[in-house]
Amino acid sequence: MTEEVWRERDTTPSKIEAALRRLLIERYHDQDAFVPARVLNLIVVVDREFRGEVENRLERVGRYHPSRLILCSVSDRRKTIDAWCSVSDDAGSAPGKIAIGREQVELDIGERHLASLDSIVDPLLVSDLATVVWAPHSHEIAVDALRRLAQVVLVDSQDEPELGAALDRAEDLLENAYVVDLAWLRSTPWRERVAAAFDPPALRRSLGEISAVTVRHRADSVAAAVLFCGWLSSRLGWKAGSLSGSGERLSGRARARRGEISIKLEHVEQPGAPGLAGVTIEMASGRSLSLDRTEGGLRSVRRERDGKEIAWTVLGASRGESGILGEGVRQALLRDPTYRPALTAARAMVA
Amino acid sequence: MAATATDTAREQAENPLTEGLERLPVAPTTMVIFGASGDLAHRKLLPALYNLAHEGALPERFNMVGAARREQTDEEFREVAREAIEANSRREPDAKVLDGLLERMRYVAVPFDDSEAYGKLGEVIEELDDEAGQPLARMYYLSTAPEYFSVIADELKKAGLHRHKGADVRVVIEKPFGTDLASAKALQEDISKVFRERQVFRIDHYLGKETVQNVLAFRFANLMFEPVWNRNYIDHVQITAAEDIGIGSRAGYYDQAGALRDLVQNHMLQLLTLLCMEPPASFDADKVRDEKVKVLDAITPPTPEQVAQMTVRAQYTSGMADGEEVHGYLDEDDVPDDSETETYAALRLEVHNWRWEGVPFVLRTGKRLSRKTTEIAVQLKPVPHLAFQSHGSVGVQPNLLILAVQPNEGVSLSLGAKIPGSRMRIRPVNMEFLYGSAFMSQSPEAYERLIQDAMRGEATLFTRSDEVIAQWSIIDPILKAWKDGDLPMAHYEAGSPGPQEAEDLIGEGRSWRGL
Repeated sequence: MTEEVWRERDTTPSKIEAALRRLLIERYHDQDAFVPARVLNLIVVVDREFRGEVENRLERVGRYHPSRLILCSVSDRRKTIDAWCSVSDDAGSAPGKIAIGREQVELDIGERHLASLDSIVDPLLVSDLATVVWAPHSHEIAVDALRRLAQVVLVDSQDEPELGAALDRAEDLLENAYVVDLAWLRSTPWRERVAAAFDPPALRRSLGEISAVTVRHRADSVAAAVLFCGWLSSRLGWKAGSLSGSGERLSGRARARRGEISIKLEHVEQPGAPGLAGVTIEMASGRSLSLDRTEGGLRSVRRERDGKEIAWTVLGASRGESGILGEGVRQALLRDPTYRPALTAARAMVA
Repeated sequence: MAATATDTAREQAENPLTEGLERLPVAPTTMVIFGASGDLAHRKLLPALYNLAHEGALPERFNMVGAARREQTDEEFREVAREAIEANSRREPDAKVLDGLLERMRYVAVPFDDSEAYGKLGEVIEELDDEAGQPLARMYYLSTAPEYFSVIADELKKAGLHRHKGADVRVVIEKPFGTDLASAKALQEDISKVFRERQVFRIDHYLGKETVQNVLAFRFANLMFEPVWNRNYIDHVQITAAEDIGIGSRAGYYDQAGALRDLVQNHMLQLLTLLCMEPPASFDADKVRDEKVKVLDAITPPTPEQVAQMTVRAQYTSGMADGEEVHGYLDEDDVPDDSETETYAALRLEVHNWRWEGVPFVLRTGKRLSRKTTEIAVQLKPVPHLAFQSHGSVGVQPNLLILAVQPNEGVSLSLGAKIPGSRMRIRPVNMEFLYGSAFMSQSPEAYERLIQDAMRGEATLFTRSDEVIAQWSIIDPILKAWKDGDLPMAHYEAGSPGPQEAEDLIGEGRSWRGL
């Protein structure tokens, strides 16, 4: 990889913007095959002391890396802005191939800059590209300031200490942006597999006979579990009631046209990546379907009315946490119409 | 005769859980690969299955049965499959996922004309149904030499494996579908005695490429191109599929096929249809394919006399490639000294309809050319009046739109722009869209997409019977004229852009784009 770099202490957005323009021209000059990636602008707001950790996560995102990354690193008492910019490319590309460029801006800012962060960041964005904001350390003031610039806000409801507040915040952000919730994405393989399990016409009819849903999840992943249940509720037309309980188990009920559905969320020990560990869906007829995380995929067990069980593994590799973040960035350019209804149902469960 | 094929789209609409999912469910399936020990299976099919498994994109119940003439055990086949996947997968295999996939693989030795072997194959498929507790869809993938396609279809019918009351049965047929019009018609007749058209998926892997599908997106998702997409504004179109390599170890196949059968009859005519077709009412498989067939029907097959004016055939002679001296075609291993097989073909075609009348479509393909590239170049007509000075510049050039398929993937449009300075001088500049810089996701291999589509019964990216017959109807007279010696064989130096004769084909005032 080759790169052009610029840095300045106590600088201004207009100087940074000019430097970026100059770095781009220099890169074009040095590398004939240079093509700047033009996917999106990603603004990340982090606590300065945890900046390295977030940078490592972004580094592992790999091919999902956005085109222009603006990393705002926040210190309590800083009064001025320091900046570092780089324009790099994969100079190792083969002859005849393009060299995709990456642009990164790192800003050292203070708490005092957050309320007007939009005015600092605006000149640094590539026009006409989608702008995504991610604040993994809960800088809500900064996110609110950036709302006018952002089309997408990346959140992780599981990172928030209070689940209800996290879901309310996501709902609030949806008022003027599209929200990509990493907790929701952690439930994607499970939603796909449950949809597939009930896809054969003979089994599709039994969706109306569901009597109980149990979701097993890692202790830190209750948000993914609630959103999964919210998804089932919203897709199947259930009216979800509040979950109660504490510690390792939450339970509640949802009303469907044919009766009530029992909903249980259970903590389980799960090494490795956060997210769901298993799902069991029971039908009034005595049939059930269980999916549990296992090496190389999900272990699926289908129990028939007579108690006979058939088990198999649904193949698939775990994406890991870097995979989830990468998927989150990719999803910023797509639109999932089922998230908001699932969120609404999930909020009713934690109300 | 019919399997109980279902209307996939309708059923998905009725499953409320599929809304919003990027990956739609695929019916539980047993896939049988005939020719499982062959090169295509090792290089493409098995790695594609692994990558689908890695992404969780295989059906929740999936089995694969390898069928080939060689005697070997399940374990031996799995070991060969493991090696093939490890050597050819586009990503490093995850050990657990790979083990899981290999566990689902079985092997049955099937001499393709041995009826008894199909009985054994049927037993294995039923065993897998029993294990699953339900009949699984069957997908037979014919990846054998083409002479076995009819034999296998016939034997499947004799064994009663071509249909099932409780599951979809599909057959995927690799190219080439016939070697000329008569053989394609005969093969189609054989296949249609066994399978209904909706069960048959004829592969042209070009259609699985993202860049090829993007031709449709580019044309029908952008209003700005449609007004100029016709004879009034387009001067001519060049379709190029150039390879810089020779025939390697494929002399046995290639000397029978030649450039015209290998690339023009299928891939290049597919590109032509996508470029020329009218907008379909919807992207339903048959609506899209109806429009493509209309384009092929509008190309009048050449008479023997016209072949000499509209085609060029050539062989490469020795030359330089990658800085090294390379053999001519006739000196390649296993090529007969008196071979009359073309390694280069160029055609000039016209689409006789309201939109395209009078617009030349020139196609060229060849081995051992100076560069590997596949692209469509649409040359617009020049502006009607030149108001600008051309002195001191290359002047106003007609706009050129390039749809690059491989190795670069993207779209480029040349526009006239003012050269900075006090005078109004114009030169062309490019506006470019490149896949690598505009999307974050890696394009899947064409075979991954096509295998998944076939399992879902989605036929848009497969060639329908009338389409393949229409393609052969255009190519067949050329093959016959060439065989009869109506057109002398031209020659070009290895590593060059092609034979001089091709320059005459494109017509006065026009020239081929540089490779």
